Amino acid sequence: MKLTNHLAGAMIASTCLCVPAMAQTKLTMWYHGAGNEVESKILNQIISDFNTSQSDWAVSIESFPEKTYNDSIAAAALAGNLPDILDVDGPIMPNWAWAGYLQPLPIDESEFADFLPGTKGVWDGKLYSIGLWDAAVALFARQSTLKELGLRTPTLDKPWSSEEFMAALDAAKASGKYEYALDLGMNDQGEWYSYAFSPFLQSFGGDIVDRSTYKTAEGALNGEAAQAFGEWWQSLFAGGYAPGTSEDPADQQTGFIEGKFAFQWNGNWRAVETMAAVDDVVFLPAPDFGAGSKIGAGSWQFGVSAKSKHPEGAAEFIKFATQDKYLAAFSDGIGLIPPTPSAAQMTKNYKDGGTLAMFFDLSKAQALVRPVTPGYVVQSKVFTKAAADIANGADVADTLDAAVDEIDADIENNDGYGHR
Amino acid sequence: MVINPDNYGLRLFVRYLVLSLIALIFIFPLVFMINSSFKPDSQLLADTSSLRAFLPVGDISLNNYFGAFQRAPVGLFVFNSVLVTGVTVLLSLLICSLAAFSFTFLQWKGRDVMLSIVIATLIIPFETIAIPLLLLVSKLPWIGLEGLEWGWLNTYRVQIIPWIADGLTIFLFVQYFKGLPGELIEASRVEGASWWQVYYRVVMPLSGPVLATAAILKFLVMYNQYLWPLIVVQQENYRPVMVGLGYFFQLNVAWGEVMAYLTLITVPVLIFYLFLQRAFIASIASTGVKG
Repeated sequence: MKLTNHLAGAMIASTCLCVPAMAQTKLTMWYHGAGNEVESKILNQIISDFNTSQSDWAVSIESFPEKTYNDSIAAAALAGNLPDILDVDGPIMPNWAWAGYLQPLPIDESEFADFLPGTKGVWDGKLYSIGLWDAAVALFARQSTLKELGLRTPTLDKPWSSEEFMAALDAAKASGKYEYALDLGMNDQGEWYSYAFSPFLQSFGGDIVDRSTYKTAEGALNGEAAQAFGEWWQSLFAGGYAPGTSEDPADQQTGFIEGKFAFQWNGNWRAVETMAAVDDVVFLPAPDFGAGSKIGAGSWQFGVSAKSKHPEGAAEFIKFATQDKYLAAFSDGIGLIPPTPSAAQMTKNYKDGGTLAMFFDLSKAQALVRPVTPGYVVQSKVFTKAAADIANGADVADTLDAAVDEIDADIENNDGYGHR
Repeated sequence: MVINPDNYGLRLFVRYLVLSLIALIFIFPLVFMINSSFKPDSQLLADTSSLRAFLPVGDISLNNYFGAFQRAPVGLFVFNSVLVTGVTVLLSLLICSLAAFSFTFLQWKGRDVMLSIVIATLIIPFETIAIPLLLLVSKLPWIGLEGLEWGWLNTYRVQIIPWIADGLTIFLFVQYFKGLPGELIEASRVEGASWWQVYYRVVMPLSGPVLATAAILKFLVMYNQYLWPLIVVQQENYRPVMVGLGYFFQLNVAWGEVMAYLTLITVPVLIFYLFLQRAFIASIASTGVKG
């Protein structure tokens, strides 16, 4: 009898314990970071914390390899199989919003007032996505190299001018110590070209597309400023300052550390590894080619799928995930820039005086998001091809004109991508 | 030095030398892959500019293999691929050989037109039908353990069923069956064998080489599947090896782990090929079909 009572008591107790879990509505989330142990661990912790912090929603995650994530999303959208929450690469976000994959975030934008501009995914005046980190690019160099070559250390307030930058490359080349003065990572002909190199074009005063209307690239990508950029760009390779498109991928990974290059144009995700190998590495701001120093911005962000039946639950999760402690955890884990000053102070690298703090300042001062248009998906590929062709010796004016024609034709074929 | 054309030994030496050099060209990538899988990334990248890339020298360890298993569920991916591939190959051999038997030995109206249509499908790239097929399978019904359900996405069957029958395999069987002695079939029929009996008692026992060829070709197609599982499988539980390769391409690529993963997923292919090697070569010799 006693045993029966105990069993009955245990059953009732377990039933009671199960009630909150069973009452939770399931939310699905897709994420691009399969294979990244650190990211997965932090995200799983956030999800676990969220699921136990309240009784309404239970998030479950499915991770995808980054290289194929966008294709998986496009296929799932076609099949009507999108999850509630998904993450999206910043520059792709307008395309997904325009294509109907995303709905505006049902969160007041003021919640993210102190986030870095590059972490906010705004399209058509509405906030669609929010990033848990940002990334930045800088010119990697050695303090000893600057000293040996007699170069001024550029600062955010006073970056190198175009002339100073070329003089630095000349000095490095003339020293005979390096295989090349500058490594740009030319072998990686993916989004890297637009992310890393279009800011040079913008610093010259040009752009991939005319941002005042987003209806043409005419004048922006083939005007005088763009022509000047193209000629400078070509001179880097024709003049033997930088390896071209056939650069060995291994060199981009280890060339600067091994001393093959005096300078390297690289992202902050390589900073920690480089610091470990090079004692006196310094991260310099982008040169100013006339229209101000520029670097790219916008990394992966969280959004709510247009098909979600529970956008309020998805929004609740996103708000939960954007707490400073999680932003700091991601930054400490993967080395990327925390989006808020308060989160930055909680990190080991980005707090005041931290070894990577300058990347936060760089991002704040110089970052320019890539063109905010659904057509960017195509425009990025066209720019990449044009930049590679010019590097390989193609006629600058002809190449830029052809790129403009291709971009304009795509905009026209898509009825202006919704730009009014 | 003048080479004496009658010098058999010298000719043999030159022939083997040339053949060995050609063989090395094909073997080098595999040697590079296997040796690199034991090296740390820094050494692997440094060795690429010298012959050390092909030698198991330096800081050799199994760390990349441990890392690969930690980064991705390698065993699950290999299991998924072997299961999907194995089932598809078996069903394909059965269904395609039956279709070819019908096209070759049975007389029915529209047979030649149908065969032409089947063979014509060889010129249609899969990429052109991937999206319509995706829309179709996402809405197909299925009766499972939980009753009627709609949509085949995120299952094994969506990776198997659309790939069972294909024009190339049917064509291979048709070509082979046409070469079988007609007298055998006629004699069997005269002695009262049904068409089913002719199929599994007479034709199939004589079809070892074509079965091996079709199996190997199908195996390679299925084991290397990438685009189709990428768009129809969103759950890790059903992912095959080629999609799993993406787990290793992060911002900082772990090249050593990539090589370890590639070495691991190559093993089932080698085992399968070695198992059927003799029959495959016999089939190439007799049909002239190349993989």
